[in-house]
Amino acid sequence: MSRPLLTVDNLTVDFKTDEGMITAVDGVSFELKEGEILGLVGESGSGKSVTAKSLMLLNAGNTTYGGDGKIVLRHEDRDIDVLSIENPRDMMTIRGGAISMIFQEPMASFAPAITIGGQMVEQLLLHSSMNKREARELSIDMLNRVGISDAKARFDQYSFELSGGMRQRAMIAMALSTQPKVLIADEPTTALDVTIQAQVLDLMKDLISEYGMAVLLITHDLGVIAQTADRVAVMYLGKIVETGSVRQIIKAPKHPYTKGLLKALPDLDDLGAALTPVAGDIPSPLERPAGCVFHTRCPEIIAGRCNMDLPETTDLGTGHSVSCFAATPLVEAST
Amino acid sequence: MTETPLISVRDLSVHFPIGGAGFGKKLFVRAVDNVSIDIAPGTFFGLVGESGSGKTTLGRALLKAVPLTSGHVQYRDNGVDLDLRALSKAELKEYRKRCQLIFQDPYAALSPRMTVRDIIAEPLEVMKITSSRQETDERVREIAAKCRINLEHLRRFPHAFSGGQRQRISIARALVCNPRFLVADECVAALDVSIQADILNLLNSLQKELGLTFLFISHDLSVVAHTCDHVAVMYLGQIVEIAPTKKLFANTRHPYTHSLLSAIPHLDPDAEKKAIKLEGEIPSPINPPPGCKFHTRCPFARDRCKVESPEWRQMDDEHFAACHFTDELNLSRA
Repeated sequence: MSRPLLTVDNLTVDFKTDEGMITAVDGVSFELKEGEILGLVGESGSGKSVTAKSLMLLNAGNTTYGGDGKIVLRHEDRDIDVLSIENPRDMMTIRGGAISMIFQEPMASFAPAITIGGQMVEQLLLHSSMNKREARELSIDMLNRVGISDAKARFDQYSFELSGGMRQRAMIAMALSTQPKVLIADEPTTALDVTIQAQVLDLMKDLISEYGMAVLLITHDLGVIAQTADRVAVMYLGKIVETGSVRQIIKAPKHPYTKGLLKALPDLDDLGAALTPVAGDIPSPLERPAGCVFHTRCPEIIAGRCNMDLPETTDLGTGHSVSCFAATPLVEAST
Repeated sequence: MTETPLISVRDLSVHFPIGGAGFGKKLFVRAVDNVSIDIAPGTFFGLVGESGSGKTTLGRALLKAVPLTSGHVQYRDNGVDLDLRALSKAELKEYRKRCQLIFQDPYAALSPRMTVRDIIAEPLEVMKITSSRQETDERVREIAAKCRINLEHLRRFPHAFSGGQRQRISIARALVCNPRFLVADECVAALDVSIQADILNLLNSLQKELGLTFLFISHDLSVVAHTCDHVAVMYLGQIVEIAPTKKLFANTRHPYTHSLLSAIPHLDPDAEKKAIKLEGEIPSPINPPPGCKFHTRCPFARDRCKVESPEWRQMDDEHFAACHFTDELNLSRA
């Protein structure tokens, strides 16, 4: 097996706020291999976006990264420890160069007063040795690639002149034009209609396999994950509770939270079925539960155990791992 | 339909004027164009479509919150008979008590400066339904309990609550004045799936308990499928298909409904690839295409679709679709 392109090891992210320290990400570890799409699922507030932003050190100024956490990116045959980069100039090779990001809200992520083309050319000038004319040609070419008709005219338009789907296509064209090693897609289709979502997902899948990059796909939509991702990590309150191949997670989930998420989804093939919500509300990050973070809502809670101890991540074989006492009784018996 | 509909809409249009095109020509956004629907009492009536299809405008028109350009909307309930285009001031007041709206975004819909109790009590005070503070409090507590809001939370402010809890507060506010008809506009779109199911179940039990009628607007077909009794599919201001939910999903008759259905990402990674993929985007409602409005994106469009606008056709009992070739297309989901 090839060495992973990106390794995140025991990443912990805290925010200092007026109300106290908030732990948004707590001991998260995962790997991303070349050409792989890793789906990161979870509710709002589970720390998906914060994890993604940490890869490019994009979190706000009140962020502290926990002591022994590491993010290692393999770039041109050397390992770069992202968290220890101090010089903004060194950060440039990573931000927008080795790693690109597609944001959720395409309207908010383009500068409103600069043309689409202007923004595309600017980043190419920063990250490559192209001159202005080459950058312009490549940008128009990329706009064509993502299925924007009349790309030459669009190049000189502003983001408000484009529709939502078009804007997200332009965003993808922009993110891919620097040929990044890793693409982070943070809810890339959440703001779009289903018909447009289907178009954009197809396009992303094509481009990803063509460029052979690794993708971290963040979404709360398990359907989108099922249709695009190779592997899935499920996050809850800053922790990854279950990881596995997309088939393992969707067809044989082990963690009660993953099971609950799947059951809560309306099933189009069985209209009569009752909807089963995951009981209770997600706790405030200021009052993180002791023990297993999910125990306050868990239907399979083991009293005296889940609310006291933190479950370890247990490998179930073939890349499927889960952090839950109830799901790993065998391991429990042997200890 | 044998039952008298609670709301019956005939040829309703809502057009918004926008800046002129010069030479004295006026331009209009045809947000709702010739829509006719019947909403039976005590049911969930679903309205689906992409953004820009006019769902929200239709919902607001039924609440008389936007001016109606033409057509008829009739509200009939236990001897109360109101024509929405010709309401007197007193009648409008009466109608306002009977109809309420649940908003999409529970973070924006609640004033951060009011306590939960004040938020829920406000409609009572504005419409002068209760006469004393004690009576108001009683009514607030009663409805809060029905919506599963912890009564101790009534003194708190909205910022202390999660999305699901806020949506329950928002529902309580809509229900406090005992309305008969509710428009739920994308009321679960901003919520996580684990909470979404909880709110849908709550709406369902409230509907049964209080005998409410809902217009349930959503872009999410799977949510509508699970909640509604009847579904209307909207495209560019017009309704293209309307049927009881089970029939609509088992036996789709309009290509647009079919493409909406096939665009939903399937939860099974090994599921067969979809049949139809729509190209392009929804055209502008300022200058809608001639003929069948869907022909610019329809994979089955023929020459006739480009010039002739399709008639409403009855498939069976309560199933209607507006498509020239629905009999030739085999769209049902196997």
